[in-house]
Amino acid sequence: MNFSEVFKQSNQLCKVSPDGKYLATCVQYRLVVRDVNTLQILQLYTCLDQVASMEWSSDSLFILCAMYKRGLVQVWSLEQPDWHCKIDEGSIGLVSSRWSPDGRHILNTTEFHLRVTVWSLCNKSVSYIKYPKACQKGMDFSADGRYMALAERRDCKDYISVFVCDDWHLLRHFETDTQDLAGVEWSPNGCVLAAWDSCLEYKMLLYSLDGRLLSTYSAYEWSLGIKSVAWSPSSQFLAIGSYDEKVRILNHITWKKLTEFEHHPTITNSKAVVFKEVEKRPVIPTEDLSIQQIAMESSLFDIQSKYEIPPLPVQVPVVKPDPDRANPKIGISAIAFSVDNRYLATKNGGFQVQSLFWHCSGDSVVLLGKDQLCLCYMATDEEK
Amino acid sequence: MPESSFEDINNIYVSSTMPPSRQYSQSTIPLLPFRHYIGNTEFCTENNTSECMLYISQELLALGFPSIFFDLNGLRELDVISALNSMYGLLQMHRRAVGMLAELEVEQLRVSSDLHCQQLTNSKLKDQLELSKKENLRLCERERQLEANTKALHHCLKNEKEEVQKLQNVIASRASQYNHNLKRKEREFGKLKERLNQLLTDKKDKKQGMDVLNYVGRSDGKRSQWKTGKTDSRHESDMYKALLNEFDKHQRELMIENAELKKVLQQIKQEMVGILSPKRQSGETQKEEKPKEFTDQQIASDEEEENSFKGTSEMSCEHAREQLSNSIRQQWRKLKDHMANLDNKGILKHESPPASLVHLGQGINEEMISKEVHQEEMERLKLEIQQCKDFIHTQQQLLQQQLSTPWDEETAAVLTDCYMLEEKERLKEEWKTFEEQKKNFEMERRTFTEAAIRLGHERKMFEEDRATWLKHQFLNMTFTDQMNLKTQNTLSEYAVQEQKHISSPKTPL
Repeated sequence: MNFSEVFKQSNQLCKVSPDGKYLATCVQYRLVVRDVNTLQILQLYTCLDQVASMEWSSDSLFILCAMYKRGLVQVWSLEQPDWHCKIDEGSIGLVSSRWSPDGRHILNTTEFHLRVTVWSLCNKSVSYIKYPKACQKGMDFSADGRYMALAERRDCKDYISVFVCDDWHLLRHFETDTQDLAGVEWSPNGCVLAAWDSCLEYKMLLYSLDGRLLSTYSAYEWSLGIKSVAWSPSSQFLAIGSYDEKVRILNHITWKKLTEFEHHPTITNSKAVVFKEVEKRPVIPTEDLSIQQIAMESSLFDIQSKYEIPPLPVQVPVVKPDPDRANPKIGISAIAFSVDNRYLATKNGGFQVQSLFWHCSGDSVVLLGKDQLCLCYMATDEEK
Repeated sequence: MPESSFEDINNIYVSSTMPPSRQYSQSTIPLLPFRHYIGNTEFCTENNTSECMLYISQELLALGFPSIFFDLNGLRELDVISALNSMYGLLQMHRRAVGMLAELEVEQLRVSSDLHCQQLTNSKLKDQLELSKKENLRLCERERQLEANTKALHHCLKNEKEEVQKLQNVIASRASQYNHNLKRKEREFGKLKERLNQLLTDKKDKKQGMDVLNYVGRSDGKRSQWKTGKTDSRHESDMYKALLNEFDKHQRELMIENAELKKVLQQIKQEMVGILSPKRQSGETQKEEKPKEFTDQQIASDEEEENSFKGTSEMSCEHAREQLSNSIRQQWRKLKDHMANLDNKGILKHESPPASLVHLGQGINEEMISKEVHQEEMERLKLEIQQCKDFIHTQQQLLQQQLSTPWDEETAAVLTDCYMLEEKERLKEEWKTFEEQKKNFEMERRTFTEAAIRLGHERKMFEEDRATWLKHQFLNMTFTDQMNLKTQNTLSEYAVQEQKHISSPKTPL
């Protein structure tokens, strides 16, 4: 694997454009756009303050830079470098800012989640949406970008509003039967909306696009509930990961549990292959071979590691988290379906894996940890 | 008359001396014959007086009384006095005996009553013992039941405790979650209050607004439309269209899947029919009732089903599905029965060959291998295997013999070495030369190392000498010419020594 030289960036703001041609990074208050292949700087923009969040528009023509402290959002155009746009939220403050799927509207969530302001880049219209809910995943756009689901809370009750992204027309507004709605997610086909309760109650509600309640699923009571949710790309399955270290898969026809997967610390399944990374550090040389020592110093940085396959059963080292703290580091925190619907990757427990993604070809998984990047490639045997 | 007076006296004594107790215990105790003496005629009569007297005297003598006779001229005459004395003695004896008897009777009564008492108490105690044993058993049983109860209760208690512990854990985690949420909300509330205060006190109000150079066109290039009632209904219709499309797609997929499954089922059914019918058609001649029915039924049902299947697209799906699944089930059951029959037939055939062979000859032979034939085949194959093995074994033996036939030693050695002899000789010579060369090299190396060591030593010495010489020279440079002369001498001496040193190592070489 080859690596380029190191580029500076701040706040982990480094994103590739959706069409894959450009790379944008933020360094303090500057926005740098490079070409992906040559890594040459194509554009350089200067913002008014340190950039807190940066996002590409869906058509890769605009970049949004949000500065939360100042309550400002600046939009830059790639085609016209001198085009500028500045959105000032004023005294109401800014907590988060994002693009709409069509790349022409910006949704700003004000401080204290007082309202969501929809700014349009096409016309002078401004829309306001009151009482959005501050939760794990309160806003979700459907895959085709036509509809937006927003979780709201008023009068101690949870509601979901469905908007048409075309003109921000409120299509449906209905109450949900949850104690504390934690998140909403559209299915990839855009016809079913999954809404789940906070971890104090295990409750998954499935609504149709027109607001009808299709089904409710609750695996157990009282113990901590849902931690992570993922739809399969074909919308046939819904995977629910919970704090009891199990993944339950629901099928889209009956919305009943199809199967559940456990995460035992001891791996005994004979079909499982466990790869264990063994680090090999180079030996520090002795004193009299002084010339060699200099050469060795440079190679101390690249630690050789190899993977060995230990025999089953394998005991995975588990760090017992503190159960007294809120949001304990137990349970399934990341689920990802492969693109061809064949595989499911889950992360259980307190492992330092921050994100888990499948490659679009469906045969490799990228795991991003705190200091490490792991790429797992699965080679399938050709059937004769 | 003496006899009657005896009688009267006896009667008197009998009546007076009969103890009262005897009336009670007459049954138990054998009485002494104190009965009323009935008739003297039994013992003594007028004829046998002398014999009676003799007898009485003998008895009295035996009892220790003096003789009641005294001899007078050989005639025994009754001595009345002694007789009366004897009678008195007898009466005394009798009285004493009676007294003793009375005492004994009393004693006996007492003892019997004691015994009776004892028996009563014994039986009472036995009853009591029984009762107490029963009581004991009952108490034991109750104790056992109570122990079982306590064990069950302990178990329940343990379970309850575990559940309580679990619930407590759940409560604790929920409580920590609630606390966390509460704190978060409080913090936000605090921030809100601060902000509100700030806004109220803050004079300048920052305006909210957007400053853009020029508006950009929509991503899809279309113009945006006015918001009217039509747009609302359009949105609704779009949404419903999307849903309907999805439903349609889903339904189409399910229909395709359904059709495929139906095809598969139909195939299975046909295959099953195919397996069953040819066998049965050939076997139609022997067992007429069942198989014929079977095939007829089958053919009939097949036709029916084919007809029905053609019409499935017209009929309701549920009906068709039910029919298909029922028919499959029926076929499967028939197949199972058929297999069972085959098994039985196989056994039957094996047991009674001649009769059934004739009947079952044509039908079953081709497809069904009877057990006998099967076994014969097996035997034959086994035999063949054995023969082959033997053959291989003999071949191997022959080969071995061939390879290891005993030659003469010499010829063997010669024959084996003949091809390599020349090369061996050459190799030996080469080895010899190699060895020699090696020895030479060793020697040379040794000498060289020795020379090197010596050279080293000499060099060291030479260096030392040179150093001292130089030192001397420097020292002597400050002195007068006298010293110069000396140094010159010393110089020459050193030069000579050096020469010697340099020349000496040459000699041993």
